[in-house]
Amino acid sequence: MFIDLFYKLRQGGLPVSITEYLSLLGALDKHVANIDIDEFYYLARASLVKDESLFDRFDRIFGAHFEGLESIVDSVIGDIPEEWLHMQNMLNLSEEEKKQIEAMGGWEKLMETLRERLQEQKERHQGGSKMIGTGGTSPFGAYGYNPEGIRIGQNESRHRRAVKVWDKREYRNLDDSVELGTRNIKLALRNLRKFAREGATDELDMENTITHTARNAGLLDIHMVPERHNAVKILLFLDAGGSMDDHVRICEELFSATHTEFKHLEYFYFHNCVYDKVWKDNRRRHNETIPLVQVMHKYGHDHKLIFVGDASMSPYEIMMPGGAVEHWNEEAGADWMTRLLATYPSSIWLNPVPVQHWQYTASISIIRELMSERMFPLTVDGITRGIESLKSPHYH
Amino acid sequence: MTTNRFTGTDTYIATDDLMTAVNAAVTVGRPLLIKGEPGTGKTLLATEIANSLNKNIFEWHIKSTTKARQGLYEYDAVSRLRDSQLGDERVNEIDNYIIHGKLWEAFEADEQAVLLIDEIDKADIEFPNDLLQELDRMEFFVYETRQLVKAKHRPIVIITSNNEKELPDAFLRRCFFHYIRFPDHETMEKIVNVHFPDIKKRLLSEALESFFDLREIPGLKKKPSTSELLDWIKLLLAEDMSAEDLREENSRKVFPKLYGALLKNEQDVHLFEKLIFMNRGASN
Repeated sequence: MFIDLFYKLRQGGLPVSITEYLSLLGALDKHVANIDIDEFYYLARASLVKDESLFDRFDRIFGAHFEGLESIVDSVIGDIPEEWLHMQNMLNLSEEEKKQIEAMGGWEKLMETLRERLQEQKERHQGGSKMIGTGGTSPFGAYGYNPEGIRIGQNESRHRRAVKVWDKREYRNLDDSVELGTRNIKLALRNLRKFAREGATDELDMENTITHTARNAGLLDIHMVPERHNAVKILLFLDAGGSMDDHVRICEELFSATHTEFKHLEYFYFHNCVYDKVWKDNRRRHNETIPLVQVMHKYGHDHKLIFVGDASMSPYEIMMPGGAVEHWNEEAGADWMTRLLATYPSSIWLNPVPVQHWQYTASISIIRELMSERMFPLTVDGITRGIESLKSPHYH
Repeated sequence: MTTNRFTGTDTYIATDDLMTAVNAAVTVGRPLLIKGEPGTGKTLLATEIANSLNKNIFEWHIKSTTKARQGLYEYDAVSRLRDSQLGDERVNEIDNYIIHGKLWEAFEADEQAVLLIDEIDKADIEFPNDLLQELDRMEFFVYETRQLVKAKHRPIVIITSNNEKELPDAFLRRCFFHYIRFPDHETMEKIVNVHFPDIKKRLLSEALESFFDLREIPGLKKKPSTSELLDWIKLLLAEDMSAEDLREENSRKVFPKLYGALLKNEQDVHLFEKLIFMNRGASN
């Protein structure tokens, strides 16, 4: 009867299932709503949508369906990219060509030149080796290649060397609902369990009861214990966005697994390197940040610290004050890292980049050194070894 | 069937969409999941449905330590052991040591009852999954006595959630869902009238205006809700404030003394005081 609507809702990204559709039909069959479209709308919403944040999307699709305006469905899903600074051609350079392009002096020079170019340039620019645009070899713009390039407005960083991200992109939060393939990771994480009995005594302690009853000459002597649960506390710091785009899948898997495995788990996001603030929601990362100092004060030293990140960035971002890609940091990332590591002696860094590539990226070596070699690949084997290392604290 | 329709009560104003959702759940016999800001009357809804449809209500309030099994039954092994020591006759009958949970009570009721599962998100993540079968088929098995408990009449199940934890999809699929929106000005007027029928119209509109203004302040940690508004109006009436008093209080730009009923957080109070101070600075 409303099969069309059902499929449009699914197309529009609403997770409607057959059960829900059938229960809507069941309700209609019993005349819960047959008077007007409003009631039908309420009924359809109550039976098909289970999350108030999806109400808006449902409204739009419902409206489009009943007015025959199918076009809206598309606009719900896709957004129109900006014409300016958008990818038109791809520039694929060979390794030799890459070497031919030389870096343009230091960091300060790069920033200064960008300011000048921005003033010089008024129109969209493509190709060439000087102006800001797409597909060229100028250090400014997107989809081009220059070892010290500055990235402006593109879908994802292609060569992973950009020093500044200028587009305020919408970063997705890691989806912890990914269940597929997390079993192996869960099993690896299971090693970190440290069972403790804390809190109210609500379980019968069989062994103790038997011993005490026996000692009591057979007169029952009940003993209770608190329930057993995993008492390990974890702080998870996740790199989000930029060069991590390639690894989103595996990170989601890890996140999902840790979420269900540990009761005491707090997670924070950072970008490339940890600085004075972190955040919990990637969509509101620009307004809702938490000072790192506050994190260090709030969570005790017994927390175990796990970083997840590719540690691939420009070395400036770790070593220099003001090197951060998104804001001005007074102190270098390395200082903040050292502080964190001093607060939490048990810590590891999980890196999704394959081990054999580590030696080619300078920043990975720097982070490894900061972590005193406690960096492990984000594979089941790597996690197992990392967890093993987490068990023993490391003091500087 | 028409007699069984929920249309709100003398003490509870229900919007059209809420009525449709409730009626759908009642008719089809599926649980109704209610979400919404704190203080918008989620828990109250179940009681009101029971009143309006003339049914008994069983309330099961969930805590972080609540186990799904406790809603069905609990086997009190410890008492039985103790009784065996004392040579009590009761010990021979397992039934004496099975404590019925709320679900069991609702299933056994002689006529259809309302079952409220309050704040389901407080419990463990697995909690809703553990209740899937029981809520779907309205039956469960008691292992100790090998007995199948089946609902005589499918109860009307109302479940509330404060969104502290996400609920599993499998669970959501089996429910109807309604989100209680914060009432608009008009509905709010109706709600207040239901609770304080004698309130003077001018005081009411003055109070509502201050209330909605207060909710508009950006950055409030906890926006005052309907239940807080009702408390505040109760205070206003107890103090015998008139519309003029209230207006004067507001225009004097000091922290109005009864606002403690609306703002429950010292940061919010502080923020509000700062705003008043800034306003005063601007108007002087």
